[in-house]
Amino acid sequence: MKYPKDGRFGEFGGKYIPETLVPAIEELEENYLKFKNDKKFKKELDYYLKVYAGRPTPLYYAKNLSEKIGGGKIYLKREDLLHGGAHKINNTLGQALLAKKMNKKRIIAETGAGQHGVATAMACAALGMKAEVYMGTKDTIRQKLNVYRMNLLGCIVHPVNSGSKTLKDAINEAIRDWITNVEDTYYLLGSAVGPHPYPVMVRDFQSVIGNEIKSQLKKIHKTPDSIIACVGGGSNAIGTFYPLVDSSAEIIGVEAAGLGLKTNKHSATLSAGSKGVIHGMMTYLLQDKEGQVTETHSISAGLDYPGVGPEHSYYKDTKRIKYHSATDAEVIDAFLLLTKTEGIIPALESAHAIAEAIKVARKSKKSETIVVTLSGRGDKDVEEVQNYLNKHVKN
Amino acid sequence: MSRIKEKFTALESQNQKALIAYIMAGFPNEKATISTIRGLVKGGADIIELGFPFSDPLADGPVIQNASTISLQNGTKIVKFFSLVKKIRKETEIPLVLMTYTNILYHKGYAKFISEATKAGIDGFILPDMSIEESKEYLQAAKNKADTIFLISPNTSKTRISKISKVTSGFLYLVAVYGTTGVKTGIKKYSIDAIKKVKKQTKGKIPIGVGFGISTPDDVKKYINAGADAVIVGSAYLKLIEKTPQRNLESKIASFTKSLKKQTIK
Repeated sequence: MKYPKDGRFGEFGGKYIPETLVPAIEELEENYLKFKNDKKFKKELDYYLKVYAGRPTPLYYAKNLSEKIGGGKIYLKREDLLHGGAHKINNTLGQALLAKKMNKKRIIAETGAGQHGVATAMACAALGMKAEVYMGTKDTIRQKLNVYRMNLLGCIVHPVNSGSKTLKDAINEAIRDWITNVEDTYYLLGSAVGPHPYPVMVRDFQSVIGNEIKSQLKKIHKTPDSIIACVGGGSNAIGTFYPLVDSSAEIIGVEAAGLGLKTNKHSATLSAGSKGVIHGMMTYLLQDKEGQVTETHSISAGLDYPGVGPEHSYYKDTKRIKYHSATDAEVIDAFLLLTKTEGIIPALESAHAIAEAIKVARKSKKSETIVVTLSGRGDKDVEEVQNYLNKHVKN
Repeated sequence: MSRIKEKFTALESQNQKALIAYIMAGFPNEKATISTIRGLVKGGADIIELGFPFSDPLADGPVIQNASTISLQNGTKIVKFFSLVKKIRKETEIPLVLMTYTNILYHKGYAKFISEATKAGIDGFILPDMSIEESKEYLQAAKNKADTIFLISPNTSKTRISKISKVTSGFLYLVAVYGTTGVKTGIKKYSIDAIKKVKKQTKGKIPIGVGFGISTPDDVKKYINAGADAVIVGSAYLKLIEKTPQRNLESKIASFTKSLKKQTIK
């Protein structure tokens, strides 16, 4: 769906927002439509993506990993090599530049793992703007390194103590700030979620991933058999998938199964959720029988979210994209395997995609091409992994 | 005629404006809710907004967020809520408006939820995250059954106000300030200007209720003088409920209500 005018992907999406935000959302959409095809804007963004963020990122053939598994060839789209260590900078540069064009003086954002917060702080510093970031207190503890990074980058971090104290509550609080300061504030949302036009705008800024994969595969005369990315809100996944959605490849989004889909300790919205309204959008949602949003669990803070981008909900229902999941234990195994075989430490979020790639490779022929988006690097997760291993590995 | 409409007509003939009280059902427990309602009725409140808790109340400030969390922890459920409404209806004919978030209605099904709620005695709905663009199914479900009260804000354009007025019934809810519920900003000039602007545009076709950040008799007086047909007091009630022991609750609520209601009588 190129640009859904009413903001709907099938029945999903829309804008379920307090009336105070309507003028701000309309102003945003108007400006986004104006600048997205503006040559000067595109040139400026391309410049920052290339020279500041480090695009294009390589498509790396993970030979050791592929041979160890003995199936198809696994290619890694190295978004972990971007400035800041994750794909998030693609979107924050785009939106921060847009905010600048809109003459917005104050930027707010939410963050889960802290990667979007860091990427926001970096983009704002580079473009000479001030940012404030909301982060659940649970996440400020498990990702404290990123809190320090944001502080060093000149950004104020507001800990959020409400609800489950994670990403969903950080979004609630950012929206509350936006309602209060609607006249001068730009809300730089970090995933392909929220009210229209955010899901489509974030997708467009992240589509640089899929577009590069396309041309990189062409150069080596390959067509993809499988394309895999992890899904929390789903921004690296939609950016990977959207440009390739018309290809013949099997496309798989990987959610966080946490302790298992049969427990209530997971974040697998598309695998186990039902339709609902959260954060301004209609989408699949983890909720109880009464429509109350349930608390989620994942070893990776970045996937710990009970909703999902509405375009993913659409592709789930149309069956174009398959949504699988990986448990914390599978993710740790994948994390360790990639680290040992390739010398690449993946973010725990991205390790979900690696876990699925391993499963797919096992069942595939050696001639098959499997492309995985490695959305971020895992330096931030080393302590979390250490804690997990200390707790779970007895010998 | 709906109970809400009847109420506004009656008040007009008595040269009065409406005092609307917001409370959270089940905060801190069902017994307190019933005592509070008795106090509200005794004190002269004209309409009661009953909040039904939602896990993610993104238009609410800390006081109502906290009340939602406690109500949910105490096991407030839809069925229990409807039976509470039935109990209240046995005692009073005061108009009852249900305020919650879209997902609660959507999840059960708009038609089913609204029909059960109105059978229990609910007269209207306020959903702060329901925009008119997404409201088709909701409006259909509520048609001839309940009032649908939409919100506007000081930054809402004239064109939008007229679109919103077309689908609003009962009263039009003007959010007085930029912010979430319970913010203490003092009365701003832009709020007073917004009331005047909306009153002029709607020409008395629908009552204008003003809410958010109103907590004292003086606040009530200033908004009534600016032309509001109703004022909504919420977080201030929740704070009072929180600090008052159960045995004094009914009388404390009644006397606070009296002090507010006085300002709506000319």
